[in-house]
Amino acid sequence: MVLESLWTIKELFVYPNEYIYWSIQIVMYPFMTGLVAGAFVLSSLYHLFDIKPLKEIARFALVFSFALLMVAPLPLLLHLTHPERSLYVMLTPHFTSAIAAFGVVLFVYASVVASELWFLFRKHLVESSLTLKGKTHKSPAEKIKYWIYTILTLGAFDLSATSLKLDAKAIRILAGVGVPIACFLHGYAGFIFGSVKANALWMTPLMPVIFIMSAIVSGVALCLLTYIIIMEIKKHLASRKSSPTAVNSLNEMKGVEADTMRTTVKYLTFFMVFSISLELLDLVFRGYTAVKSWDILRSIIYGKDFINIFLLQYVVGNLVPFVLLLLPGMTVKRAVPSLLLVLFGVFMMRWNVVIGGQSFSLTFSGYMDYHLPVIPYSLDTFKEGLGGALFIAVLPFILLWIFNMILPVLESKERDGKT
Amino acid sequence: MNRRDFIILAIKGTAAVVLARGLDGIFRPADVQAWTLPRRFVFLVDTYKCIGCGFCVKACKLENEIPFEADVSRTWVERYVITGDGEVFADTPKEARYGFITGRIDQGRGRFKDIPREKIKKAFFVPKLCNQCAKPSCVQVCPVGATYQNADGVVLVDRKWCIGCGYCIMACPYGMRFFHPVLHVADKCTFCYHRINRDMQPACVQACPTGARQIGNIKDPRDPVGSVIRTQRVAVHKPEYGTEPKVYIIGLDEEVR
Repeated sequence: MVLESLWTIKELFVYPNEYIYWSIQIVMYPFMTGLVAGAFVLSSLYHLFDIKPLKEIARFALVFSFALLMVAPLPLLLHLTHPERSLYVMLTPHFTSAIAAFGVVLFVYASVVASELWFLFRKHLVESSLTLKGKTHKSPAEKIKYWIYTILTLGAFDLSATSLKLDAKAIRILAGVGVPIACFLHGYAGFIFGSVKANALWMTPLMPVIFIMSAIVSGVALCLLTYIIIMEIKKHLASRKSSPTAVNSLNEMKGVEADTMRTTVKYLTFFMVFSISLELLDLVFRGYTAVKSWDILRSIIYGKDFINIFLLQYVVGNLVPFVLLLLPGMTVKRAVPSLLLVLFGVFMMRWNVVIGGQSFSLTFSGYMDYHLPVIPYSLDTFKEGLGGALFIAVLPFILLWIFNMILPVLESKERDGKT
Repeated sequence: MNRRDFIILAIKGTAAVVLARGLDGIFRPADVQAWTLPRRFVFLVDTYKCIGCGFCVKACKLENEIPFEADVSRTWVERYVITGDGEVFADTPKEARYGFITGRIDQGRGRFKDIPREKIKKAFFVPKLCNQCAKPSCVQVCPVGATYQNADGVVLVDRKWCIGCGYCIMACPYGMRFFHPVLHVADKCTFCYHRINRDMQPACVQACPTGARQIGNIKDPRDPVGSVIRTQRVAVHKPEYGTEPKVYIIGLDEEVR
């Protein structure tokens, strides 16, 4: 039994070995790395260019980027038929392959983000460690926390003004270095597809650039969305307290949130313009040059995948949120659905590239339909099905929640207020 | 040991290592073999001779232990039926492992198409197998080097090293590769490497009743297959991909995909 036949239905003339080998997990892979890159670029906008309204969301975006980064290789791992051999990519990298450097790129990027995080939160780590150290009677949880904080300081307890200044400088440098690496990480995912000469839909030098632009769009959208949701929860919690300080902080929160939201949306729409233009350029160019493969591509783009591409991706995922985001007087109620649609649009773009690229045969005279396994009845149908995809999608939020227990991901204002 | 002795020893040791590495480079077994016996395996398919019996597919599956009922195969036979008004129908029902037992064209999704005999202007079979390209894109994209090309041109897969990413499957313009249904590693036609290395013929060549499939050594000036390729009009599949296929076809029609 061929595993891929579980979700591939062939039509007309298709080579016997052709199936949809790259399924939902390979849709998730560029989607997740895209979010990583986008979140990092968003955080760098503040750290590098000092765009003040993004201060609040910047540190959050960096932490989120790290959480997403830890999940990004998982779809690949779940997809490999021999995941136990995944380390071979590091042991015997075959550098003519676009995938070979994945481990190296990911590792370098992870180091940059981890270092930047460390510099960003060093003050907090040292302070927390010292506060807990001063406590005479520590509960077991506090003991664990103390050890975590102390280890994470890496022994650098110096909090003098010069030392903190150095931290800030390091953050700036790392943010600067990180942007090209983040773009590389994701442009590279685009290259993996764009360089497959056997695939008529994938092969275009525009692919890496398209991927980077849509990556930034999705990363910014997800960060802003999560930020708004967290702020709303916080506001809700604050409104239940009736003390005057609570009311003050509530109003302050509202102001900050609105400010951050407006600025972030501005950048989001800016990147959306680039992303959509590039995709349309690709489409127009293919239609205009109309090489041999265009007949089958046209039947996919304007026929079989019309709803996925034009309705779901371009209209629902791009046009509608674009208009909603551009309308004046942005409110949370409008921002949330718009951002969800933006994310959906980018996901559909990934889907249409990965699945769409495999929905026609190498014969150019046959088609393959993809049927996502929804109800898992074996490990494979879970891994390569809806369950596996949802697992990947939920994991970064769980990681973010864990990070939030250790690091003040969104509490800078409150902490500044107290001191 | 004084410093002088140590330095001399270090120089000698380095020289020995360099020499050994150099010799290793010259005398790798594969290179020695290529040097003593120049070989470049090529394949010749004569579409005029193919009768679509499917014995080649059957023999291949049995010889190479690809589960017989699994819908993947290292080789297959395609049928092309072209009508007077230029309509092209093609199929390869079950890779033709049972041959072409019906005149109806398999259109997938359980549908078959009857084409009235009087409408058919041209019909023929085309056996397909790995092209053992001179510039194989599958080898290029393997991230761990599990798939590689031998000095004699045959592209092989190391089943103990393949991680199963599927990139090579995506990269092959001919759709030759698949995941082995049992071993779950990339699999492909090897020209029956275990056989041709012992001067035997590939299973499909041996099973072919009409001689539509032949293997040869293009580097041997006396090789009959090589001389056909050199002296007659032959073509290769999809040369536009730049992979330089080494399966040559006699009677390749422009409608062949």
